[in-house]
This record gives sequence, structure tokens and C-alpha cells, in this order.
Amino acid sequence: MSASGFTPSAGVPHMDIDPFSIEFFEDPHPAHEVLREAGPVVWFDKWKVYGVARHAEVHAVLNDPLTFCSSRGVGLSDFAKEKAWRPQSIILEADPPEHARTRAVLSRVLSPTVMKQLRGSFVAAAESRVEALLAKGSFDAIADLAEAYPLSVFPDALGLKPEGRENLLPYASLVFNSFGPPNRLRQDAIERSAPHQAYVAEQCQRENLAPGGFGACIHARADAGDITAAEAPLLVRSLLSAGLDTTVNGIGAAVYCLARFPDQWARLRSDPTLARNAFEEAVRFESPVQTFFRTTTRDVEISGSRIGEGEKILMFLAAANRDPRRWDRPDEYDVTRKTSGHVGYGSGIHMCVGQLVARLEGEAVLSALAKRVSTIEITGPATRRFNNTLRGLESLPVSIKAA
Amino acid sequence: MPTIIFNRPDNRSERVDASAGDSVMQVATTHGVDEIVAECGGNAMCATCHVYVDERWIARLAPMSEEEDELLHGVAAERLPNSRLSCQIKITPELDGLVVRLPDRQI
Ligand code: HEM
Ligand code: FES
Repeated sequence: MSASGFTPSAGVPHMDIDPFSIEFFEDPHPAHEVLREAGPVVWFDKWKVYGVARHAEVHAVLNDPLTFCSSRGVGLSDFAKEKAWRPQSIILEADPPEHARTRAVLSRVLSPTVMKQLRGSFVAAAESRVEALLAKGSFDAIADLAEAYPLSVFPDALGLKPEGRENLLPYASLVFNSFGPPNRLRQDAIERSAPHQAYVAEQCQRENLAPGGFGACIHARADAGDITAAEAPLLVRSLLSAGLDTTVNGIGAAVYCLARFPDQWARLRSDPTLARNAFEEAVRFESPVQTFFRTTTRDVEISGSRIGEGEKILMFLAAANRDPRRWDRPDEYDVTRKTSGHVGYGSGIHMCVGQLVARLEGEAVLSALAKRVSTIEITGPATRRFNNTLRGLESLPVSIKAA
Repeated sequence: MPTIIFNRPDNRSERVDASAGDSVMQVATTHGVDEIVAECGGNAMCATCHVYVDERWIARLAPMSEEEDELLHGVAAERLPNSRLSCQIKITPELDGLVVRLPDRQI
């Protein structure tokens, strides 16, 4: 009912689950099921927001950006009521028609044609990483592979200087924590953020970006008049925010799946051309980006539930990706599954503009593993890393043997 | 119900009943035409739904957008004058009998 959001509309089930608590993050799947089965729209008493967890409703909200806007923030904080913690993103947190202009710039910088040029070097880096890990035998699949590989290709592709790159993952973790409510994770991240923010602001400037990289290409679009000189650094910032930690968690998810499900690992080894799909299926199955919010711009009805103007809606991408209404055997990791239609990268106008980079990295790593490694064995406890938006591991001790 | 004919790289061909309003990509992926990968789910971002439209049909399609033209530069198989992205072709009753050839690779 109310735009101040103290009570939900009649008929919307109340949930006393906190979807941003450590208990929830420990094992979100049973809670996702509760949310999906409670109804097409639910209400969270703790944060006074609506939620959608079924594929159909998540997809519908993502594909109606005029009703469910992003410009009031894609986190819990409503920019119409609260100042954003950093200058607002001009792509992620923008609506039509403005969004189309900045989006066109990044689409072009990260296009299929650009990926063809990058493929050779991304594949070579993955192969040499896997060779080095085979020489080691035992290692941490998160630090030594899921983090090390993207760090070895993405900052160079962007054109970043070698100095200061240790700020990249902490900055990304801050950005993704900031979409959550004012809980401990968010407060701690923002309190410690000053040096990381200063680093990022500096690297977005034209003089700090090597020629030929994504960053320089964005600045070149300002020369062409597609964006202003003041907008270019903000678009570079979008890549620094969203381009690294996401693929770290995507690759981590894929390796964790292949280590846990030996039949799927065997299937991939017997046909390494499945690598790209095996990565895509890991993005569906684990959903490295779990949630995003939208804000209603008018009174609207979703599947029979009335929602007033100015309400936040939390979209559970991860729950939609395992909705039995949409997927057969949703809780099985299947490297041969037809994954098209999953919402791990979102859907509609904001659908991940870096998805081709993510797939290229994921394919390169899984293909190198499938060709060179015979077994992946988990040798110690897999521990979780907690973040308000991202799902992934802190550590995954494994040992591998050469094929 | 319009029928779409998909000619595979190995010359086998597949006739599929389509619903007006769907895209050619949706028709392919829901009828087991695996040559259409459609990684982005029809959001015009991935260029993995590439098809060659039969010469007799090409002029009858709505013209392509600038974005589609740009994406087509990045397709994996050779781009030809009759290349299109199947997610951008909306099926109308007039397209009954549309013939498209599938490329041998999308990635
Ligand atoms: C597995 C890895 C990745 C996942 C799961 C992922 C997920 C997502 C999701 C769910 C969205 C939609 C946000 C929304 O609807 O509000 C998104 C948007 C975005 N992503 Fe990714 N992403 C990944 C990798 C990347 C990479 C590698 C880059 C950069 C090279 C990137 C840059 C962006 C940007 C700039 C947006 C905003 C697009 C817009 O608002 O139009 N992402 N991503
Ligand atoms: S399905 Fe991705 S461009 Fe057509």
C-alpha cells in the first residue's frame, strides 16, 4: 500500500526471513524454495521491501524498466530519499532513454568482434595457469585459480597500471556489499573504503589507461561525441566495479561444481567443447550475482498483487535460476543443459554488458582444465565468503593430476 | 500457424510450426534446433543466434537495426549479405514458409 513501505498490500505473504543474514548466505537454497512457494510476490518484514523469487516474475520485472526503475538505486537504498554512497552509475543506475546512450558505448567496447581479438591471449593465459597449477599439484582453487586467472587477464585488457591492483577486489566487494541493507557487511565495507575509492577514481582517468584497452576505448567514445568527457571515467568505473569479482565468483563456482560432481567432470573431459556451456550452467546453478533491487515508478500489479509507487522490489536471480516451474531437475548441475533463458546475467536492457568477457574467461579456464587435468579432488573444507550480493567461496583446497 | 524451415549445415532440413509474435530464435530453441545457441536469451548481445536467410525471403524481413548490424560483424561463421540474428526476426503470418540456413558454428 504505502510508499513509505510499512505494510504490504493485502494478500502478500509476510516473510520473517532476512535474505541478507549470514545464516541465509550459509545455505540460501531452502530459503529460496520457501520464498518461491509462498507466492509470486512476498514481503520482507525486516527490511520492508517486496520480493520476487519465481522465474516468470523476476523475468517480468527485469523486462519492464519503466515501471521497475534502476535510477533510484539497484540496492535497498532509495536514491530518491537517501544520498548514494558514491556518484550514481550512469549505466547500471540509469533508466531509458538515458541508459541507451551509455549502454551503446559499453556494448561496443565489449562486443563479439572485440572478443575475437582477445580470445587468443585469454586462452593462452588460462593454459599457462593450468600448467603452473599442475606443477604445484595442491593449491587453493579460489586464490590460485578463480582470482589469479581473471587478475592475469582483465586488468591488462582494461589497460590498468601494474601498481595498486590489490585494490580491485576490495573495491568490487565494497560495491556489491553496498547494494545490501545497512547491516554489518555494508557498514564495514563502507568504513574501510576510502583508499580503494581513491585508487579507482584515479585509474578511471584517461592518462592512467593504456592505449588499446577497454578504458582507452571508452575515452575514445568521448572524442567521437557519444558521451561527454566527464562521463567516460564513470563508465570505466563500471568495468572496475563489475568486471572482476563477478568472474572470480563465476570461475570459483564452476570449479567447485566440477570438483563436487565427478560425473559432470567426466562428461566435460570426454568433450572439452562443452567448456563454455559448463561455465554457463555454473552461472545458472550458483548465480554469482544473487540479487538486485528495482523501485516502482507507479502503482502496479504483479501476478495479482498490487504494489504502490516508490516501493523497493528484491529480485532473487538465484531462486529464479532454480525455479522448478522453469527448469527440469533445477538442483542438478548438468554441463549439457540448455541454459538459454537463465537470469544469472539479468535480462532486458540492463542484462550484463560484460557477459561475453565472462564467458570467454570461463570457457578458457574450463577448457584448459578439461584438456590437461584428469582428476580434481577437494582436500580440505570449502569455506564461504559472505557478501550482500555475491555468492562464492573464500577458499577451496584441491589437488589435481595431469591427464 | 506459420511454418519455418531450418536447413542444417549437413543439409538435413527441419520444418517447425511457429507462433506469430515469437522470434525465429525462440522457435529454434524450443524445437531442438541446437545450431542456435542464443546465449543472451534474445537480448541482442551475443551474436550466437546467427542464420542465413534464404535469398527469396531476405527482402521481406523488417530491416535490421544498427546494433544488429554491428553484432553481425562479430559472428563466428562467415558473415554473408543474407546474415541475420534470428532473435531479431519476429514471426508474422506473412513469414509462413520462411527458409533459413544454419551456420556450422556460433562461437
Ligand atoms: C559471471 C560473471 C558476471 C555475472 C554473473 C554478472 C551479472 C550481472 C547482472 C545480473 C547484471 C544486471 C544488473 C541489473 O539488471 O541491474 C549485470 C550488469 C552489468 N555487468 Fe555483469 N556480470 C558478470 C560479469 C561482468 C563483467 C566481466 C563485466 C565487465 C567487463 C560486467 C559489467 C557489467 C555492467 C557494466 C553492468 C551494467 C549493465 C547495464 O546496466 O546496462 N559484468 N551483470
Ligand atoms: S540470442 Fe543473443 S544476439 Fe540473438
